[in-house]
Amino acid sequence: MSSKAKDLLVKPILENNPVILQILGICSALAVTSSVKVSLVMAIGLTLVSAFSNLFVSLVRNYLPSSVRIIAQMIIISALVIVVDQVLKAVAYDISKQLSVFVGLIITNCIVMGRTEAFALKNPPVPSFLDGIGHGLGYSVLLIVIATVRELFGAGKWFGIQVLPTISDGGWYVPNGLLLLPPSAFFIIGIIIWAMRTWKKNQVEKESFKISPNSIKTQEIA
Amino acid sequence: MEHFLSLFVRSVFIENMALAFFLGMCSFLAMSKKINAAIGLGIAVIVVQTITVPANNLILTYLLKEDALAWAGVTGVDLTFLSFISFIGVIAAIVQILEMVMDKFLPALYNALGVFLPLITVNCVIMGGSLFMVERDYHFGESVVYGLGSGTGWAIAIVLLAGILEKMKYSDVPEGLRGLGITFITVGLMSLGFMSFGGISL
Repeated sequence: MSSKAKDLLVKPILENNPVILQILGICSALAVTSSVKVSLVMAIGLTLVSAFSNLFVSLVRNYLPSSVRIIAQMIIISALVIVVDQVLKAVAYDISKQLSVFVGLIITNCIVMGRTEAFALKNPPVPSFLDGIGHGLGYSVLLIVIATVRELFGAGKWFGIQVLPTISDGGWYVPNGLLLLPPSAFFIIGIIIWAMRTWKKNQVEKESFKISPNSIKTQEIA
Repeated sequence: MEHFLSLFVRSVFIENMALAFFLGMCSFLAMSKKINAAIGLGIAVIVVQTITVPANNLILTYLLKEDALAWAGVTGVDLTFLSFISFIGVIAAIVQILEMVMDKFLPALYNALGVFLPLITVNCVIMGGSLFMVERDYHFGESVVYGLGSGTGWAIAIVLLAGILEKMKYSDVPEGLRGLGITFITVGLMSLGFMSFGGISL
C-alpha cells in the first residue's frame, strides 16, 4: 500500500477526526451510543455508505454539471441508505428498531455529504473510496469509544456481556445511571475533545478575543 | 383540541429535537455563536419544518403507503421503501421554492433568512421530523402540529444556547476546552435541564 493511500485511511482517525475536529455527523454520534452493539451497526452502516457514495460520486464527477451536483449526490446517498436500511430490516430487525430514525438520518449526516463534496468531486475513484472508508473509520472509532464508556459504566456491560457485576445482581458495582441518559454523551464528547487538544496542542482554538488589562483604572491611579 | 395542544407541548419541551434527540447538531453548534444568527436560523427551521412534515405526510399517505395508489387504480403496490429518497427530494424542492418565493415577494425576509435556507436542506431536524412522523403514524392534523412544535423546540434550544455562549465569552475557559469543548459541556447541562420536563405526563 502506498503511503498516500495509507494517509487517506489513517489520517481521519486521529489527526483529522471528522467528529471531533470538523464537527461533522454529531447527531447520530450522540443518539445511538447508549449500547456498543447498536453503535457498531451504525458505524458499519455509515462507513459503507460513505465509502460507496464517494466511489460513485467520483465515478460520475466528470459528467456532473455543478449546478445539479448537490441533488445528484443526495440521490446517490439516499439510494445507498435505502439499501442499508432494507438489509438491516431483513437481517437484524431488533437493531433496526432500536436505531429507529437514525439509519435514515445517515442521508443528512454531514460526513457523507461533506466528503463527496470536498473530496470525491475532485479525485479519482480509488482514492475517494479510501477517503470514504477513512472518514467512516474515524467516525466509527469515536462512536465505539463513547459507547464503551456509556455502556461499561452505565450498565456494567460491554457488548451485552456483564463485565462489572452490578449491585442489583449481587455484585459490587453501583451503575451510574446518568451515563445511560442522553446528556452524558455531550459530556463525554466534550471531555474527549479536551483530552485530544491537550495532547495535540495545534488543535486548540484561538481565543475569540482577550479581555484587556484594566488600563484606564491604573492610569488614573498613576 | 386538547390532544393537539398536548402534542405541541410534548414536541416543544419533552421531546425537544435538539436536546433530547440530538438532531440538527451540526448547525446547532456552528450557528450558535451569535444570537441574531441563531434567531434567524431558528425561524427558518420553524417555517420549513411546518411545511415539510405535513407535505411528506401527504406524500406518504397518498403515494407511498401500501395500497395508497388505489385512487389511481393501482393496487397491491407498497412503495414505503422509497420514503427516504422522496422525503429528501420534497425537502430540497420545498426549500428551493421557498427561497424563490421569498426572494420575489418578501425581499426583507429573504435578506434576513436567505443565507440559512440552503443549510436547512441537510439539517437532520427536518429529515428527522419527517421520519418521526412516519414512525409514530401521525395523521395529517397531527403532523402539522408536530412540525410546528418540533421546529419551535429546536429554535428555542438554539437561541438559548447562543445566549449562554455570548455570556460565556467573559469566562476563562481552560485552553483545550475553548470553543467546541465548552459548547458540548454547556449543551449537556442544558439537556439535563430539559430532562426535568420528562416528568410531565400528557
